[in-house]
Amino acid sequence: MTNGEHATPARAANGEHAAPRARGWQAMKSRWSEMPQGMRWAGTGALVVFLYLLPNRWFYEYLWYLPTQASDMATVLFETAFFVLLAVGLNVVVGFAGLLDLGYFGFFAVGAYVVALVTSPESKAIVEYNWLADPITWVAAVPIAVAIAMVSGVILGGPTLRLRGDYLAIVTLGFAEMIRLYASRTEGLLNGDRGIPDVPHPVPGVKDATGDSLFLFDAKPYYWVVLTIIIAVVVLVRNMERSRVGRAWVAIREDEDAAEIMGVNTFKYKLLAFAIGAAIGGLSGAVFAGKQGFINSASFQLESSILVLAAVILGGAGNIGGAIVGATITWYLPEWVRGMGKVFGLSFDPSEYRILAFGLVIIVMMIFRPQGIWPNKRRASEFADRRKEVAANA
Amino acid sequence: MDVAGLLRDFPELTLTGLEQGAIYALVALGYTLVYGVLKLINFAHSEVFMIGSFAALWTWQGLGFVYDAEAAPLGSFLLAVLVGVIAAAGASALTAVTIERVAYRPLRKRNAPPLAFLITAIGASFVLAEGIGVYTHRAPYGMPRLLQPEVVFQLGGWKFTNTQLIVITVTLLAMVALDQFVSRSRLGRGIRAVAQDPDTSALMGVNKDRVIFLVFLIGGLMAGVAALLWNILPIGVAKFNMGFLIGLKAFAAAVLGGIGNLRGALLGGLLLGVAENYAVGLFGTDWKDFVGFVLLVVLLMFRPTGLLGESLGRARA
Amino acid sequence: MREALLEVDNVTLRFGGVVALNQVDFTLYKGEILGLIGPNGAGKTTCFNAMTGVYRPTEGEIRFGGQRISGKRRYQITKMGIARTFQNIRLFPEMSALENVMVGADAHHRTGALSAMLRLPRHWKEERSGRDRAHDLLRFVGISRPGEQARNLSYGEQRRLEIARALATNPQLLCLDEPAAGFNPAEKDALNQLIRKVRDSGVTVLLIEHDMRLVMGVTDRIVVLEFGKKIAEGTPAEVRENPAVIAAYLGVPTDAS
Repeated sequence: MTNGEHATPARAANGEHAAPRARGWQAMKSRWSEMPQGMRWAGTGALVVFLYLLPNRWFYEYLWYLPTQASDMATVLFETAFFVLLAVGLNVVVGFAGLLDLGYFGFFAVGAYVVALVTSPESKAIVEYNWLADPITWVAAVPIAVAIAMVSGVILGGPTLRLRGDYLAIVTLGFAEMIRLYASRTEGLLNGDRGIPDVPHPVPGVKDATGDSLFLFDAKPYYWVVLTIIIAVVVLVRNMERSRVGRAWVAIREDEDAAEIMGVNTFKYKLLAFAIGAAIGGLSGAVFAGKQGFINSASFQLESSILVLAAVILGGAGNIGGAIVGATITWYLPEWVRGMGKVFGLSFDPSEYRILAFGLVIIVMMIFRPQGIWPNKRRASEFADRRKEVAANA
Repeated sequence: MDVAGLLRDFPELTLTGLEQGAIYALVALGYTLVYGVLKLINFAHSEVFMIGSFAALWTWQGLGFVYDAEAAPLGSFLLAVLVGVIAAAGASALTAVTIERVAYRPLRKRNAPPLAFLITAIGASFVLAEGIGVYTHRAPYGMPRLLQPEVVFQLGGWKFTNTQLIVITVTLLAMVALDQFVSRSRLGRGIRAVAQDPDTSALMGVNKDRVIFLVFLIGGLMAGVAALLWNILPIGVAKFNMGFLIGLKAFAAAVLGGIGNLRGALLGGLLLGVAENYAVGLFGTDWKDFVGFVLLVVLLMFRPTGLLGESLGRARA
Repeated sequence: MREALLEVDNVTLRFGGVVALNQVDFTLYKGEILGLIGPNGAGKTTCFNAMTGVYRPTEGEIRFGGQRISGKRRYQITKMGIARTFQNIRLFPEMSALENVMVGADAHHRTGALSAMLRLPRHWKEERSGRDRAHDLLRFVGISRPGEQARNLSYGEQRRLEIARALATNPQLLCLDEPAAGFNPAEKDALNQLIRKVRDSGVTVLLIEHDMRLVMGVTDRIVVLEFGKKIAEGTPAEVRENPAVIAAYLGVPTDAS
C-alpha cells in the first residue's frame, strides 16, 4: 500500500520520457523518484523535522541569511504556514477542479466567527441570544466551524455550479464582500468593529517549562499546530487526488461532457472540490481566531483572497507541492525582503505593495507560464496542447 | 420591516432608485458587451469605472473646483461637466482598451482556457485598484460640489431634483445612441455577428479583434460617463476600492436583465436601483448593499437567463 | 420471445421547425448486434443521441430495461447500463490509457470521497479491482502500453481505447458511433472480430456505421433511417434486397468509406 506502487504505470511512462532531457531541476526530480522507497521516506522525514525545528532561535540562527531580519521569525513562519494551508485548500478548487473561488476569505471569516461565537464568553450568541448556555472549548468548536463553512460553501456553490461555472467567481467574490458588510454592522450578531473578545487559545492546559500556558503570545506553538494541520491536510488531499476523485477531476478538466457520459457525476465532483476548499478556509479561520483571541470586522482582509490565488498560480495550480512553494514565496519573500532592506539601511515596506505586485505576477504568469513554477505535468501539457491547436489552425 | 415608511417615502425612494439604477445600467453595459462577445466576466470593469471617477476628480481639481465651494454658476458648471466627461470617458475607455491589449489579447493568441481569462481578469482588477490605492494612500476623496441638488418641479408627491433629471436623461440618451449604433451601423452588425457565432463571422470577414476592441472601447466610454454622473450625485466620493461594490451590483443588474442583452442592462440596472432603495425604506440603510447580491444568487437559482434573455447576437441590441 | 433491452417507442424529435426524427419505432433485443444505417443526414446520430440521453424526445419515449431514460442525467444513464463511444474521439488526452479506462470503471464503484481520503480498505480493494479490470480490458481490445498517455496512442489504438473505456462501465448495451471511421481494411476486420467478442461477452451492441461491408458482416439485424423516418428493418440479407433501401442509397454519392 505505498504511493510508489500505486502510481507505477503512469510514472514509468513519464520517467522514460523525462530521462533523455533531464537537466537541473528535472534531473533532481527524476533522481528523487528513482531513489529507493526507504530513502525517500527518510528524506521526507528529515524535511518534516527541519520544519518543526525551524522557529527555534537556537536553530535558525545558523541558517545564514534565511531568517527574516525585521520581524519575529516565529511569527513570520506562523503566517507563512497559515498561508500555505490556505493555498493547499484553494489548490483543490482552482488546480484540481478548475473552478475559480474568489471568496476564499469569506469562508475563512465564517470559520473564525463561528469559533469566536461559540467559545467566547462575551459573544452575543451566548450573552444576548442564549443559543448556548456556556462557551465551549476551542477544540470542540473547530469541527463545528469547519462544518458550517463547508455547508455555506454547498449552499453557495449548489445553484451556481449546477447552472454556470463561470459565475462561481463573481458569486464567491460577492459572498466575501457580504460577509464583510454583515460583520461591520455593530447591531448584528458579530458586533461590528467592537468584535468578539476573549476567544480562548487552542489548548490552555498545555504548560511550558516555566509553568506558563504554552499557547499565549509566542507564535511557535501556533506554528506547530498549523504545520501539523498542513501535514494532515496534504496527506488527505493527496489520497483523494490519487483516487477515483482525482481521476474525476482530471476528466472534468479535460472534457466535461465526455466525463459525464462516462458516468462521472460532474456536478457532484465540482461541488465536492468547492466544499473541500470552503472547509479548509473555515479551518484556517478557526485557527486564526484561536491565535488572535479577538475577532472584529477589521480582522479580515478579504483582498487577501487574491494573494492566495496568486500563490497557487505562481507555484503551479494542480500540484500540492507547487501550491506550498507558491505560498511560501508569496508570504515569506516580502517579509524577508523587508528584513534585507533594513540590513542595507533602506526603509521600504514591500508588504504594502504585496497585492499590487502579486496581481501583476498573476497576469504575467497567465500569459507566459500558466502552469506555474512547479507545474503539475498533466496541466502543463493541457496548456501546451491548446497552444499547439492555435498554431495548427493559424 | 417598515412598510409604512416605504409607502410614505415611496416617490422619493423610487426616484433615487432610478437615478442610481441608471448608473448601474451604464456600468452593466460594459459587463454585458464583453460577456456577449467573449463569454468572459471582465472583473476589471469595476476598476474602469473607478479610474473614470478619479480622472474627473483630478481634472476638476486642476481646474480649481474644490470640495467645499459654493455651487458653481451655470456656465462654469457646464464647462466642468464637459471637461469632466471627456476626461472620465477618455480615461475609462483607455483603461478598458489597455486591459484588453495587455492582458486578454495575449491569452486569446495562446488559446488559453476560460479559467485563465477569469484569473487574469481578477488579477487586472486588483492591479488597477491597488495601483490607485498606493498612489492615493488609500484615502477617500470628496467630490467638488458642482451642483446643489434641488427640486426642479413637482408632480403630486413626486419631487424631481436636478441631478435626477440629468442622470436619467443622460443615461437614456447614451442607451438610445448605443442601441442605434449596434442595430444599424456596420460595426454594430459586426458585434452582433461575433456574439452570435465567432467562427462563422470570422469566415464572413468580420475582424474579430476589431470587434473585441470596440466592445471594450464602448464599455469603457459608458463606464466613464457613469463615473461622471456618479460624481455629481450627492454621495459622490472617490476611493481606490469604490469600483468593487458598484461593479458587483452592475454585474447583478446585467444578469437580472439577461447578460449579453443591452436593453436588459438598462432594465436590470433600473430595477436593481429601485429595489435597493425600497429595501432601504423597508429594512434600513444597512441592508442596501445586500440587495444586489441576494438578487444575483436568487436569479441563478430560478431564472439564470434573466428577464429579457441573453441575446446580444439575436435581438436588435 | 426474445427479451427487449432498449425500446424506441414512436419517438419524434423536433428542433424548432425541423423534424429530425419522425415517429421512429424499433426495439433492441438482448444479446444482438443491431446496425443503424442511413444516408448522410438521415438522423442516425440524432437517434443515437436520443438513445444515450443527450436529447430528449419531443414525443414518444425511450425505455431501457423497461425504465424511461428521458429526464435522467447523462451519468445516470451510463450507470443504468448504456455506454457509448464518440464519432470524433473524445478520450481524456493527458491521462494514461489505464486511467482512461479506470474512469469508466469508477462508474460502478461505490466508495466515495471520504473513504478515498482516509484510504479505507474498502476503497483500496475497489481501486485495485478497478485497475485489474482496466488492465484486462486493455488486453481485451489489444492495447499493450497501459501507461502511455492517450494522446500518444495511434489512431486505431485510440478508437479501441474508447471501446475499452465504455466497456469498463459494465454496460448492458454498448453504442458505437462510427467506430471504423478512418480504418483500413485490416483494421476493419479486426474491429469486426472485436465487436463479436464484445457481444459474446454478454453485451448487446448498437452500431452506427457508414461502411456497408462491416455492417452487413457483423450485425444480426439492421434498422434503416432516411429523412428521420424508419424505412426498413430486418436481417442484413433482407435489408439488402429492400427496394426502399436501394432507392434511398441510389443516387446518394457513396461515402468516402
